[in-house]
Amino acid sequence: MVSAVMSAAEPRAVRRRAWLTNANAWLLLLPAVVLLATFTHYPILATLYHSFFSLSRGGASEFVGLENYTYMLEDDVFWQVLRNNIVFAIATVPTSIALALLMAVWVDKKMAGRSFLRLAFFTPTVLPMIAVANIWLFFYTPNYGLLDQFLKSLGFAGHNWLGDPSTVMSCLAAMVVWKEAGFFMIFYLAALQTIPPELKEAAEVEGASRWYFFRRVTLPLLMPTTLFISINALINSFKLVDQLVIMTKGGPNNASSLLLYYIYEVAFTFQDTAFAATLTVTLIAILAAVALTKFVYLDRRIHYQ
Amino acid sequence: MRQQGHSVETIAAWALALLWLLPVAYSLWSAFHPSEYATRFDLTAPLTLDNFARAWNQAPFARYYLNTVTLVTMVLAGQLVVATLAAYAFARFRFFGRDVLFALVLVQLMIMPDVLIVENYRVISALSLLDTIPAIALPYIASAFGIFLLRQTFKSVPNELVEAARVEGASSFGVLWRVFVPLAKTTYIAFGLVSVSYHWNNFLWPLIVTNSVESRPLTVGLAVFGAPETGVDWSVITAATVMTMGPLLLAFLLFQRQFVQSFMRAGIR
Repeated sequence: MVSAVMSAAEPRAVRRRAWLTNANAWLLLLPAVVLLATFTHYPILATLYHSFFSLSRGGASEFVGLENYTYMLEDDVFWQVLRNNIVFAIATVPTSIALALLMAVWVDKKMAGRSFLRLAFFTPTVLPMIAVANIWLFFYTPNYGLLDQFLKSLGFAGHNWLGDPSTVMSCLAAMVVWKEAGFFMIFYLAALQTIPPELKEAAEVEGASRWYFFRRVTLPLLMPTTLFISINALINSFKLVDQLVIMTKGGPNNASSLLLYYIYEVAFTFQDTAFAATLTVTLIAILAAVALTKFVYLDRRIHYQ
Repeated sequence: MRQQGHSVETIAAWALALLWLLPVAYSLWSAFHPSEYATRFDLTAPLTLDNFARAWNQAPFARYYLNTVTLVTMVLAGQLVVATLAAYAFARFRFFGRDVLFALVLVQLMIMPDVLIVENYRVISALSLLDTIPAIALPYIASAFGIFLLRQTFKSVPNELVEAARVEGASSFGVLWRVFVPLAKTTYIAFGLVSVSYHWNNFLWPLIVTNSVESRPLTVGLAVFGAPETGVDWSVITAATVMTMGPLLLAFLLFQRQFVQSFMRAGIR
């Protein structure tokens, strides 16, 4: 009798509690949901939507289907900035990773002044890109700049480094490698410290050379870190454009422009938001593809510890 | 032989480190010396603060500092509140739609506000917030990254502590405030340092949404000040550059270990 009353009352109490939990959780999430919906999800959908419409300069915009996309595929500048972005990624990603690894191996050793070394390598990470661009701009200034003065003292002629389409990308890539390598170093450093010292001792007993040990033991063990850094560096190469605003404005003749910078120009200089939306869809697709690769290839647990 | 290989490596490491410090060292040299010495490295060159005084007088840097400090404070305070509440819900509640919602939060990790400039400009404009500091801050207040980090930390809080607080009669909000928040201190510091560095340095979005001295942060102020068409002397521009990066650089030099550890924790996730 008593138990029958209990079992009738229980589901109601349970349901009430479940409802309260739900209400509680959703209330806690409300600010985040509203803000994310407004500034991430809605803009992504709106970008896609606007890419199918014509530009409304005062009048109404019309549905134009894939017209913006055909225009994009016929736009030489689009292909150039895409090519530039790939060149930029190829120039910066492997170089900064190799340097980061070298730095980490050095800092990890019992070397004289290793905390100074770590400081020196990491410092560029905390500086604003815009300040960095200002400093490096002066390095590359023709004749008066540091690089030309140095070359002149060795008897070489001056050169307009950022004004020459054949050198501008390398100059910008060198700067970005300088800015990023120290940041990636810290991930290698963390990974190196998890390699058990017994492995090294065993290898020494076996008479393995340091290079052999590095190649056959250290490098494979660092593989997940290398993948993780590569993906981050790749994403950065599509995200970092601050320097262009100060140093080249994408020039000369779009030789140094990157996709995000082109979007910025199309939207805010040429005021063509419909085409800018189309270009943004391309950028979102690239970033999503990179993120999915990360998801599929990187076993998350490796990094979570 | 082995010893020798070691010392060659030490020299190489030091050479690279000095090369790495060169741009910063150079900017300090140029900022603290008269402009005649901008490219002449003479150890007897007189030191001066003149470049800083001129930069300070030629552009409203005091206002830019105020704007940047307001901006990073606003962003960080907003992020901490929003992320704490959301992370608590994800870590401790079983509710309808939790996994879908979490996946939707993670979308922001791959498509950051930095690339959604065109549509976010429209949104900010529709809210009639253009050219204000909240306009710079708003897209970043809900940080998927912060929610993710805090959720991880909150998940590792032992259940016994939560039960003990409940027995003492704490509400679910009381549990969050008295148990979870204090235990996540290191996560808060890591996230805070990364967030402040990021927003102190952020440039493209503030450049797009601001248009006046009253809302411009330091980075945008520096870009406007240093534009070639203004014809400002190089040494004065480096002084302004040093002013822009100075506070963060100084904080880094003082709290090196915390910075490196925070960036690492935040990056590894």
